[in-house]
Amino acid sequence: MKGYVVKRLFYMIPTLFGASILIFFLYSLVPGNFIDADQNLTAERKAELYELHGYNEPVVIRYFIWLKNLLKGDLGYSLQFQLPVGEVIGNYIWSSFIVALASLILTWFIAILVGIVSAIRQYSIWDTFITIIVFAAMATPSFFLGLVIIKIFAVDLGWLPAGGMISTGSNFTGWEYVKDVAEHMILPVLVLTMLGIGGLTRYFRTNMLEVIKQDFMRTARAKGLKERVVIFKHGLRNALLPAITLFSFELPALFGGAIITEQIFNWPGIGAIYMQAFSVRDYPLLMGFTMFIAVLTVLSNLLADILYGIADPRVRVKK
Amino acid sequence: MGNTVLDVKNLLTQYYTNGGVIKAVDDVSFSIPKGQTVCLVGESGCGKSAVAMSIMGLIDGGSGGIKNGEILFEGKDLLKLKKHELRQLRGNDISMIFQEPMTSLNPVLTIGGQIMEPLMEHELISKKEAKKRALELIELVGIGRAEEIFNSYPHQLSGGMLQRIMIAIALACSPNLLIADEPTTALDVTIQAQILDLLRSLKEQRDMSMLLITHDLGVVAEVADYVIVMYAGKVIEEGPVVELFKNPKHPYTKGLLKAKPVINQRQEELYTIAGQVPNLATLTPSCYFSERCEQCMAICKEQMPKINDLDNGQRVACWLYEEVTTV
Repeated sequence: MKGYVVKRLFYMIPTLFGASILIFFLYSLVPGNFIDADQNLTAERKAELYELHGYNEPVVIRYFIWLKNLLKGDLGYSLQFQLPVGEVIGNYIWSSFIVALASLILTWFIAILVGIVSAIRQYSIWDTFITIIVFAAMATPSFFLGLVIIKIFAVDLGWLPAGGMISTGSNFTGWEYVKDVAEHMILPVLVLTMLGIGGLTRYFRTNMLEVIKQDFMRTARAKGLKERVVIFKHGLRNALLPAITLFSFELPALFGGAIITEQIFNWPGIGAIYMQAFSVRDYPLLMGFTMFIAVLTVLSNLLADILYGIADPRVRVKK
Repeated sequence: MGNTVLDVKNLLTQYYTNGGVIKAVDDVSFSIPKGQTVCLVGESGCGKSAVAMSIMGLIDGGSGGIKNGEILFEGKDLLKLKKHELRQLRGNDISMIFQEPMTSLNPVLTIGGQIMEPLMEHELISKKEAKKRALELIELVGIGRAEEIFNSYPHQLSGGMLQRIMIAIALACSPNLLIADEPTTALDVTIQAQILDLLRSLKEQRDMSMLLITHDLGVVAEVADYVIVMYAGKVIEEGPVVELFKNPKHPYTKGLLKAKPVINQRQEELYTIAGQVPNLATLTPSCYFSERCEQCMAICKEQMPKINDLDNGQRVACWLYEEVTTV
């Protein structure tokens, strides 16, 4: 197993190398950059800045400089924030992460439960009802759903804050602060959960339907086991196996931010920063962040394979 | 009654299909005396497995159900039991083994865990005790290296071994009745013989009754005490195994026996019964076999024959023999 993991880690090198080429050249070969975007600069100042940030070098040389810095752990320097990219990401990523994590846990928990019940009561009224709700939630765009939810819960009912991460002008500390952030989190988490739950519910329903038909479920019943044991011990575990891959794809998304939802709720997350960086062409930030997500994605894939090995004895690697 | 383990009376089991409601088991009655092996024989789709699933109460409510009849197990009507009462009988007093051992075990749980499950469910024993019993059961079904097998997963074992494990699971709580639904069909011939031998010896050791479902007459000849031949959901002939093999009455049984290859007897072509099993959704009152019968008469197309006793202990449902009793 150890050898397998080491081998897989080595396989990651060419993948990430390819990703770095794609990411760098896609952003670098686009006409225009942060300096060009600022129309208040004089031609002289522009030339100075070009020299300062190394834009006069040929693009291939710039790639290798970027790559060398990457290998040293330096993701680049954000022109917009005048801070290292790593620091910018560090500043905003955790606020995105808490929202994404809360909604991930909620989404998976609900989707698994609803999926199972829909599967064991296939074509029942409950199943039809859930299917309609789920498709409706899936089909509603996040900006619309977000606004409707703000209108209902923040404006009309006034239960929850409409946006931001903390109350304006407040300087809570300790539990007060946690409570304040939690209150601000509820609506964005709700929107993200509603958007994500549809596909996942259908996915678990399909997986579970597949498993319910299996012969070993009949064996489990023939043993006289309780229905609960049959469904959860024998059924669910098999239905969850294919979801491991899906779960590993969700991991980078935990740090990726939710661009539209964060914008709507004025949430200071990495998604909103990402969008902002696009509008001012802060390419170093975009490149650094995209590379960061690429590394996470590759690591998650490795994690998925390792988890498969643990969960499914059939793919367990031979020692 | 005291000597009868299972008594099925007028069982009617229906399945809902796209073509309509079909009677998979149509007015079937039979009984299994204590310590005996009864074989249920017939082609695919004749309702053999539906009988087994009806007894086990494993028919999914969405796809079918038992509409009529009684299934008396040791005097209790299984159809009248509450769900949890029936569940407590399953795997405990009545257990079942299935056709496909490779898919009948859960791929992600260990063999040992799966053998321990019915023990833990039905008997008040500790995990340690259950493990000891499971190891004994693995030895009992003739697999060595019990400890190693206990910790392995289904994909690591062969089909024959898995079927032995299924037998071990079925026998875990010492059932009085074992239902075996084509237990050897998915296995190759040498393994088939071993599994049958195992079943037969275990049955004798434990004075268990057995309902063996098969389409293989070779299997029947080897293990059965009493044979029931089914066709299109109906019992068409039944009798003690020796009588039935020596002196089959129903043209269908005769055909089945003729269609069986005989060792050391070269034939150009094996006999087959012409035609196919009728579509169960579109049956009309007639002898269901009449379409394929070589001795079909006018009445066979109009009326369904009743099952009647013959003097040698056999019972047959065929107009050919009806005359003798009615005229």
